[in-house]
Amino acid sequence: MNSSVIIFPGSNCDRDMDVALKKFGFKNKMVWHDDDKLPQSDLIVLPGGFSYGDYLRCGSIAGKSKIIQSVIDFANSGGLVLGICNGFQILTETGLLKGVLQQNKNIEFICKNIFVKVNNNENKFFENIDKDVLELHIAHNEGNYFCTEDELKSLEDNNQIAAYYCSSDGKVDDKSNPNGAIKNIAGIFNKKKNILGMMPHPERMIDQSLSGEDGSIFFENLLKNLK
Amino acid sequence: MEVNEKIAVDHGLKPEEYKKICDLLKRIPNLTELGIFSAMWNEHCSYKSSRLHLKKLNTKGKKVIQGPGENAGVIDIGDDDAIVFKIESHNHPSFIEPYQGAATGVGGIMRDVFTMGARPIANLNSIHFGSTQHKKTKNLLRGVVKGIGGYGNCIGVPTIAGQTCFDQSYNGNILVNAMTLGLVNKNKIFYSKAAGINKPVIYVGSKTGRDGIHGASMASAIFDDKIEEKKPTVQVGDPFTEKLLLEACLELMSDKSIIAIQDMGAAGLTSSSIEMASKGNLGIELHLDKVPCREEKMTPYEIMLSESQERMLIVLENGKEDSAKKIFDKWNLDFAVIGKTTNSKNIELYFEKEKVANVPIKFLANEAPMYDRPWKKIKLPQKIKFSNNELKKLKFNDVIKKMISHPNICSKQWIWEQYDHTVMGDTIQKPGGDAGVVRVHGTKKAVASSVDSSASYCHAHPFTGGKQVVCEAWRNLVSVGAEPIAITNCLNFGNPEKKENMGEFVECIDGINEASKYLNFPVVSGNVSFYNETKDKGIKPTPTIGGVGLIKDYKNLMTMKFKSKENLVLVVGKTEGNLDQSIFANVILDEKKGPPPEINLFNEKNNGETILKIIKEKLALSVHDVSLGGIMIGALKMCIAGSKGIKFYKFKNLTNIYQYFFSEDQGRYIIEVEKNNLKKVESTLKKNSVHFDLLGETTDKEIIINDEPTFTVDKVTEFYKGWLYKYMS
Repeated sequence: MNSSVIIFPGSNCDRDMDVALKKFGFKNKMVWHDDDKLPQSDLIVLPGGFSYGDYLRCGSIAGKSKIIQSVIDFANSGGLVLGICNGFQILTETGLLKGVLQQNKNIEFICKNIFVKVNNNENKFFENIDKDVLELHIAHNEGNYFCTEDELKSLEDNNQIAAYYCSSDGKVDDKSNPNGAIKNIAGIFNKKKNILGMMPHPERMIDQSLSGEDGSIFFENLLKNLK
Repeated sequence: MEVNEKIAVDHGLKPEEYKKICDLLKRIPNLTELGIFSAMWNEHCSYKSSRLHLKKLNTKGKKVIQGPGENAGVIDIGDDDAIVFKIESHNHPSFIEPYQGAATGVGGIMRDVFTMGARPIANLNSIHFGSTQHKKTKNLLRGVVKGIGGYGNCIGVPTIAGQTCFDQSYNGNILVNAMTLGLVNKNKIFYSKAAGINKPVIYVGSKTGRDGIHGASMASAIFDDKIEEKKPTVQVGDPFTEKLLLEACLELMSDKSIIAIQDMGAAGLTSSSIEMASKGNLGIELHLDKVPCREEKMTPYEIMLSESQERMLIVLENGKEDSAKKIFDKWNLDFAVIGKTTNSKNIELYFEKEKVANVPIKFLANEAPMYDRPWKKIKLPQKIKFSNNELKKLKFNDVIKKMISHPNICSKQWIWEQYDHTVMGDTIQKPGGDAGVVRVHGTKKAVASSVDSSASYCHAHPFTGGKQVVCEAWRNLVSVGAEPIAITNCLNFGNPEKKENMGEFVECIDGINEASKYLNFPVVSGNVSFYNETKDKGIKPTPTIGGVGLIKDYKNLMTMKFKSKENLVLVVGKTEGNLDQSIFANVILDEKKGPPPEINLFNEKNNGETILKIIKEKLALSVHDVSLGGIMIGALKMCIAGSKGIKFYKFKNLTNIYQYFFSEDQGRYIIEVEKNNLKKVESTLKKNSVHFDLLGETTDKEIIINDEPTFTVDKVTEFYKGWLYKYMS
């Protein structure tokens, strides 16, 4: 399977994502933001970081960069797109995903392990996944997902909520919400479920020497689904 | 403006220093030249009070590739890999403006490291604040933590360890020391020594603005009531630009275009250009109207003294300008040829075709003043006699609670959760352990690093304190299973013009040196920060030591968390029961006098090396060094980390329980071993003549002392983790 990771100026999880994709068998290419064409890919990843310094609104300038039109075209033709952290923020800025990511409720950057409950596994990202509570890692200052009531209703009606923050035993409650996200939302899909944006970083959880290994489950399963 | 003595004094120069400048030049300098002299001759850049003593430091070792004198030190970690590292202070700016001060401190030290061709792989920091009761402390802490995080998180370098202390001596002068480690191929290290004549001098990075003008001079003076006026001397950080600069520089470094490279740190364009030329014994000619400026009508004086961040100066091979420019264009950074190297041995500055300064470089570098300041020897204080009656009145459980939740002992999770400590995907020991550990990307190796200070010990007796900090760094590395290699030091002291402060400095250095030599733990880089004083009140002497060590196979990483119940717990190293200068004496008995614990370097080395053997033989399940708070706090931290309890066996030999549990005798470790491995561990310890005591055994949750259950580990965890969150909420 071929994947491409887009590098924006200020991306800083691009290498980590490259390492993770290759570890699980993707043939990955790095794509510069100023290119206008994507290589032939089965998966496009927008990595974490601080694209363009995030000085305006997180992800907003990246959402207007040269390569983005190709990403939008790819997504609209049904191609699989994954945005992690800043990548999720960029996807909301392009309009491919609904809502916005606001500053964390406690107004502090948060770096720690959290749990998410997979809400919808009828899609390429989570189909056949054998665990419905995953321990992942977050590292962000703006991960507080927010959308209008109408948008939320539409997300729920179309089963577009990908994952909720939860406790280790899968309870979705205030206590396990690290950043104040509406309804504990950690990640969402577009309507067709070929685009996934989420704040947690599976690429930081791919080795037992690191914070944990549930990221491996995510990537192994994704590759299996694509084959 | 005609320069005179008063203007020179306003620049921070002493009247006799101004006279020396006029004598050297055989004329009165113009204002730009005076500005340059003041920047190069201030304490921060010239090390005029410290140079004489720094020379004594042990800086050599088999694994040292580069010692002090470059942008950072470099050590060999095998297979052509080398680690570049350094610690630096940003104390004064952080007190004036905590967010930007701390942020630019992190930015500056990272530039020092990638200037040498290394990709930064880990950040650490040591931060000291005033009393927790002081009105400024909370805001300063919040601002500093946000600043450190704001910069490091954006660049994408994990912050893997640190240290936070509170003491009223920092009420008017906090300390922010930032450290960075980078990874480089040892055959591809870049230095700041220029070579060759007529080589283009290139300016890259951010544009120059009026921020930070005279920052280094501000950092070389004591604070008074007017510190708010000094805000304009604080630089403003832009981590995004630094990230671009990092990537662009590393890209340019992959071919052979660069002769020398130097970041523009303290004293900006002045010190970077002079340092490169001075090291190469060359002259340098700069055309200041070619410097990219952010603001209009900047004068040569301002351009030379600005400390705008995220800028680099490069001496390039002839003919490489176009290919180099392409790289900086790609990253959207300024690139300008602003001058060339010459054989004049002078720094010659031009602005709008006019020569605006011409000074022999040796006057600025080699001829800078060096002082042998008077200093006072500090006697070892007398030992305190602690009254048994008073100790008997204490309630043991109350003491435990008070100690484990004390600001200088409690968990700093509130702080390190605001730092991205996992980006780059190689952090295998997060903050909260004895040392942070990152893997050397793509290899089996890992690098461990820790940062320590012990201001109370140094205050009580600087010579012993200096030794102790080095030993503490050594023990922290040993505790994670790393072979200690080298250290970097950040020497934070008061006013060197006072003989007491100067005495503290001299004797701390002597102590550091003695331990560093004995442990073969050389100093490869560092920085001195004097004048940490506000309105006549100086800080406690605070040398901060950053240690670096190597774990050959990262799978052998050792941690401090108790692994399972019913294992044996040993204290390795002898417990003498000295309470003087312990945190127990200070906090519980309010006794601040007495000598710091003695350092026996033979035991330090022998005990540490034996612990490493035990780890190598896979006989230890967990290891933690005994430091602040003694055995009790050490053991409780292991309980908390592993969510286990401990049953302490009845102790022998010492007269009372407080001496046994809370003395801070040095050279000790607590280790957890399986019962059936005890014989093997005993035999290794005995063979190496290392003293040990059986401390107890691990339990499921209960902490049991004298057969009485006290707290559960969950309760102690609450005390340990709760304090800082409560304080900051």
